Amino acid sequence: MSERRSAAAADRLPVLKTHKVYVGGKFPRSESGRFDRALAPDGTPIANICRCSRKDVRDAVTAARAAQAGWAARTAYNRGQILYRIAEMLEGRSGQFEALLAAGGRAPDEAAVEVQAATDRLLHYAGWTDKFQQVFSSVNPVATSHFNFSILEPMGVVGVLAPQSPLLGLVSSIAPAIAGGNTTVVLVTGSQPLPATTFGEVLNSSDVPGGVVNILTGRRDEMLAPLAAHRDVDAVLLCSPDPDVARSAEIEAVHNLKRVAVRAHEDWADVQSPYEITDLQEVKTTWHPIGS
Amino acid sequence: MTDSTPPTGLTAPKLRLGLRDGSDDGWGYAPAPESTDHVELRDRYGLFIAGEFTDAADGRTFETANPATEEKIADVALAGDADVDAAVAAARHAYDEVWSKLAPRERGKYVYRIARVLQERGRELAITESLDGGKPIRESRDVDIPLAAAHFFYYAGWADKLDYAFPGRGARPLGVAGQVIPWNFPLLMAAWKIAPAIAAGNTVVLKPAETTPLTALKLAEIIRDAGVPPGVVNIVTGAGETGAAVVQHEDVDKVAFTGSTEVGKLIRRALAGSGKHYTLELGGKAANLVFEDAAVDQAVEGIVNGIFFNQGHVCCAGSRLLVQESVAGEVISKLKDRMETLIVGDPLDKNTDIGAINSRAQLDKIEEYLEIGEAEGAEPFQTSCPVPERGYWCRPTLFLHASQSHRVVQEEIFGPVLAVQTFRTVDEGIAMANNTPYGLSGGVWSDKGAKAFRVTSRIRAGVLWANTYNKFDPTAPFGGYKESGIGREGGLAGLHAYLQPEAAA
Repeated sequence: MSERRSAAAADRLPVLKTHKVYVGGKFPRSESGRFDRALAPDGTPIANICRCSRKDVRDAVTAARAAQAGWAARTAYNRGQILYRIAEMLEGRSGQFEALLAAGGRAPDEAAVEVQAATDRLLHYAGWTDKFQQVFSSVNPVATSHFNFSILEPMGVVGVLAPQSPLLGLVSSIAPAIAGGNTTVVLVTGSQPLPATTFGEVLNSSDVPGGVVNILTGRRDEMLAPLAAHRDVDAVLLCSPDPDVARSAEIEAVHNLKRVAVRAHEDWADVQSPYEITDLQEVKTTWHPIGS
Repeated sequence: MTDSTPPTGLTAPKLRLGLRDGSDDGWGYAPAPESTDHVELRDRYGLFIAGEFTDAADGRTFETANPATEEKIADVALAGDADVDAAVAAARHAYDEVWSKLAPRERGKYVYRIARVLQERGRELAITESLDGGKPIRESRDVDIPLAAAHFFYYAGWADKLDYAFPGRGARPLGVAGQVIPWNFPLLMAAWKIAPAIAAGNTVVLKPAETTPLTALKLAEIIRDAGVPPGVVNIVTGAGETGAAVVQHEDVDKVAFTGSTEVGKLIRRALAGSGKHYTLELGGKAANLVFEDAAVDQAVEGIVNGIFFNQGHVCCAGSRLLVQESVAGEVISKLKDRMETLIVGDPLDKNTDIGAINSRAQLDKIEEYLEIGEAEGAEPFQTSCPVPERGYWCRPTLFLHASQSHRVVQEEIFGPVLAVQTFRTVDEGIAMANNTPYGLSGGVWSDKGAKAFRVTSRIRAGVLWANTYNKFDPTAPFGGYKESGIGREGGLAGLHAYLQPEAAA
């Protein structure tokens, strides 16, 4: 099983890649030992991927929680540089991602466009890290002698049901969450998981602290409910056009009143705005007296 | 204290300062009751639907009483499903035919009118609030009513400025809002709900709490008299069933609820998958942290204001006092002295600090927690002030040496009961403050500015007061993290709760 590539030399056996998940800055296999097959459009197996369990979900939440305070405490400038670095790494590996998308059935020119769009999207959110607070926070002119301000703070650990758009959608759901200081547990459940597992390698070489983005592959019906119900997850971003998926996850999310954002888009070309960041932020209002 | 030890009752304190009932030391305050002679209260109140007061379709009513005397004030219509249907239909019609077509500037003028009449009728409203809900007249007069008017005034001005609500985007209203409010700040909560909703161009169906419907119904009169088009604001009175009918109504586009976390979760569950908008303003168990570098006398005032304001019927009450160990003795000693000066009694008396508990049911709940706290091993302290024979009363109460496992530390009591714990380091204090599923508010007392900023930034809650407590303003967003709610009320964030962004303006 390989990512199909033409061998340069007919007599050389290619080195096949093991696609693993990305948790806490490491690349483990699923604790369950189970696997699924990633398939080409014609049904040919092209790789084994981990079929993660609810225990893998819990481990990933632990990693995301451990990383959250530190990531939120990074300066906005630093988070911006790290997102920029992700874009640099993706740009440098564009050929690899184009090949992965092509293996999943994209026409080569479409694959190139998608990789470029994903890279530019990272750049877009890299630029927002030190600006959204300025645009969306406020000093409130209260009628008493207080300095009163409302700022945005990250919700914390965000569970992401990644969209079926294997690279642009994936990047568009992760980037605004981490740009705002959240850490994420990303469930990749579609027919094309390989761009996501490979994107983990990009993140790992981009100075993103371990645990800020955790990427699990497997089946939605096994992973989403435990993630949406997990009491140490603060919010879920549900990228699915299926209203039943959103509804069942919303009901699981009621346990600890998780914040729920639903993205029903199938086309992610234009889904880019600071509101993607602010939808995963809390508003905190602070009062300080003015006086002696 | 073991399980076999029966609760012995709360012990009387040794120290008594400033007895103010005038009974025995001659230094008490003479009664200073607010006159009620010009307040008109009817024997019977109807539902406010499509601009008119009507009886419930099935003619049912319930009583609202004065918790300070246990005497009935009026019969109030009990709205059933048919009435809620009629109210939602009226709101939908008003939204489609009138309110959404009105020029924003004109819409704003109606909201300004409401603010002005609230100010004009402020005294009457304050007295009514204290009669119906039991809160001290000083608080209804100086806090509830002025802030309610201020909310209408603030949001009125937004009506023609919605293009500035979402940078880079347009904005449009959501439609019909179904709103359910609690009994602790009856008119103020009505203002928090109605003002942003109608200023943003929505129409509303509001259900006040069953123990405190009167000021909302007076607000309905004001709205009618202000000439607001029929159906823009509809008010249906009743208990939980009426509220459930409002929030679950199919033709409601947005739900706004203030109340318990338990009910909030039921509502959130009912809304799952509906795509409807919602804001939930729920319970709290806020920590009020006093550091060793605090100005102790100011901190004591802040502790008292934090937990005894409005009988502790405050979702953001500072109901957990966390004191740094090095100053705990001094702070608690001064706190007890200050508590002994608090006057519990007639809500209409301007000397009263703590009025009546809102209802028999709430008093029962508080008294159950008093027993639980003592049975679990916390050390109770209750002041010795006299309380009237009739009515529902609770003296200000501390539970000292409380621990994290105690229910009086974990659960919202919604009464004048303060759980006291100590901490040693800043990090420990922050960790204790955050050790709760709630996240509505918090207080920090320190004269070191850097420390105050650091601690407020690390407490996971929506409203932080540094060296003050229980301050509110229409321009300041209010709302919870975690299980204290979803969404904000007040300020621009509170306006967002009644709008949706559109493609670029």
